[in-house]
Amino acid sequence: MRIEELLNHTGEWLKGSGPHANIVMSSRIRLARNLAKVPFPNKSGKKDLDAALALIEKAVGQIDLLKGSSLFRMIDLDQVDRQMLVERHLMSHEHASNPEGKGLLVSAEEVVSVMINEEDHLRIQVMRSGLSLTDAWGIINAIDDALSKELPYAFMNNWGYLTACPTNTGTGMRGSVMMHLPALVTTKQINKVLAAISKLSFASRGFYGEGTQASGNFYQISNQVALGHSEMDIIQNINGLIRQVVEQEEQARQALLLQNRPMLEDKICRSWGLLKTARIISSQEAIELFSMVRFGIDMDILKHVDHKALNELFIIIQPAHLQKIEGKKLNAFERDTKRAEVIRQKLGPTLT
Amino acid sequence: MQCNICGKKKATVHLTEIVDEQMSEMHLCEECARQKSTQMEQQFGLADLLAGLSESGIKSSAKPEEKSALQCASCGLNYEDFRKFGRLGCGDCYVSFKDQLAGLLRKIHGSNRHLGKTPFSGQAQGVPDGTGISATAGSLVPENIEGLKKQLQAAIQDEDFEKAAMLRDKIRTLERE
Repeated sequence: MRIEELLNHTGEWLKGSGPHANIVMSSRIRLARNLAKVPFPNKSGKKDLDAALALIEKAVGQIDLLKGSSLFRMIDLDQVDRQMLVERHLMSHEHASNPEGKGLLVSAEEVVSVMINEEDHLRIQVMRSGLSLTDAWGIINAIDDALSKELPYAFMNNWGYLTACPTNTGTGMRGSVMMHLPALVTTKQINKVLAAISKLSFASRGFYGEGTQASGNFYQISNQVALGHSEMDIIQNINGLIRQVVEQEEQARQALLLQNRPMLEDKICRSWGLLKTARIISSQEAIELFSMVRFGIDMDILKHVDHKALNELFIIIQPAHLQKIEGKKLNAFERDTKRAEVIRQKLGPTLT
Repeated sequence: MQCNICGKKKATVHLTEIVDEQMSEMHLCEECARQKSTQMEQQFGLADLLAGLSESGIKSSAKPEEKSALQCASCGLNYEDFRKFGRLGCGDCYVSFKDQLAGLLRKIHGSNRHLGKTPFSGQAQGVPDGTGISATAGSLVPENIEGLKKQLQAAIQDEDFEKAAMLRDKIRTLERE
């Protein structure tokens, strides 16, 4: 597949369905795996990296579950293309910034992606819509089983899968869930919730992953502990926590409606109006408005917009996507203009 | 708005910094923001945190002069470098730095015993892994049904009944075998 073809659609995980899809945007599981007897990527020279890449490429080619996937070598892509893959949540910033010896496998519909030679030799990821960690685990576990028949993994019975960073040692698994929590933010309960989450050894981050600030009321919640629990135990812990947060968000939403419906409606409808009409818009502003519109859909205040269109906008309003759509480099001002245009087009048919 | 650092380019990145409960806002151009973010990563990298953790872990187990000599025979990583950067160099590092890592892993995860899945490559005879310790597939079969049963429970909790039905059938087939 040519990388441009990705622009014709967005990932299946953005479809906006699945359990608790009104509050849980998506679920993701990743597994970190390394090859035995080969230095980890940070300790590998070009020769080792290329050898590991070739070995893993051959292995993924053998796996039925990955039929129809595309493999990109990072050095074949320019900076905007690599950035686009980051914006689609298929790989990390780190993977884009230093392309030497790195590869990325992307399955059809972008359910599975495998970063090759990032911090670990393999970083396998599965993304699903809604609260679907169990479902994601089913897929990733089968792929991992199949890969482990092709590749000798670095593994110890007592410490599990061996990873470059000891925070991942053990299961090598991180499960994370993207939540939209506008009512907890509006009612100022969010800090309490986040504090409780961190006490329970879970981490929370912004929409665009590690190191990003939460914006537009989106929070990504993930496990921190990888050793000492089975994968399913970790997943059930996350599920239990997420369901409690979902419940609190639902209660806060009802309370907001009861207390001040006109204020809420005004804020939501103004946001919708701004999005439909703006000619210049920053990504920060756009995400805040998307959040309010999404809230409006969930509260049945806005009736003719669906989650899917909004979810897709989150991806395509980012800098590299805008530049790929326009087909040339854009400066910050040009991007703000293009962004407003893309949003109007996407939301256009539902305007009247 | 102009960039607060170079004062020349237009500010497009807006940063809120909280230091000792003092909040300050910065407005930066892309270039200066990138530099600033590299600085920040260096200041608060995970490596520092890990270094801090392993530092306190090592005091009880080794004297300072001993740890500086510690090196992985396979990849050549010095333990000092692991402390500095927080990354191990290969699977064998886990054997080379076994005593140090045992404490560190416990600190990070609250446990140092793996209870998750195991790779099944090599099937019956087991495959030499990064450590020379073999993983045998023999123990995997009963665990597999257990694992599936857990998944079934989770699917029922998720109210994902389609998935639950599929898992139920899988378990039945396995149990019959």
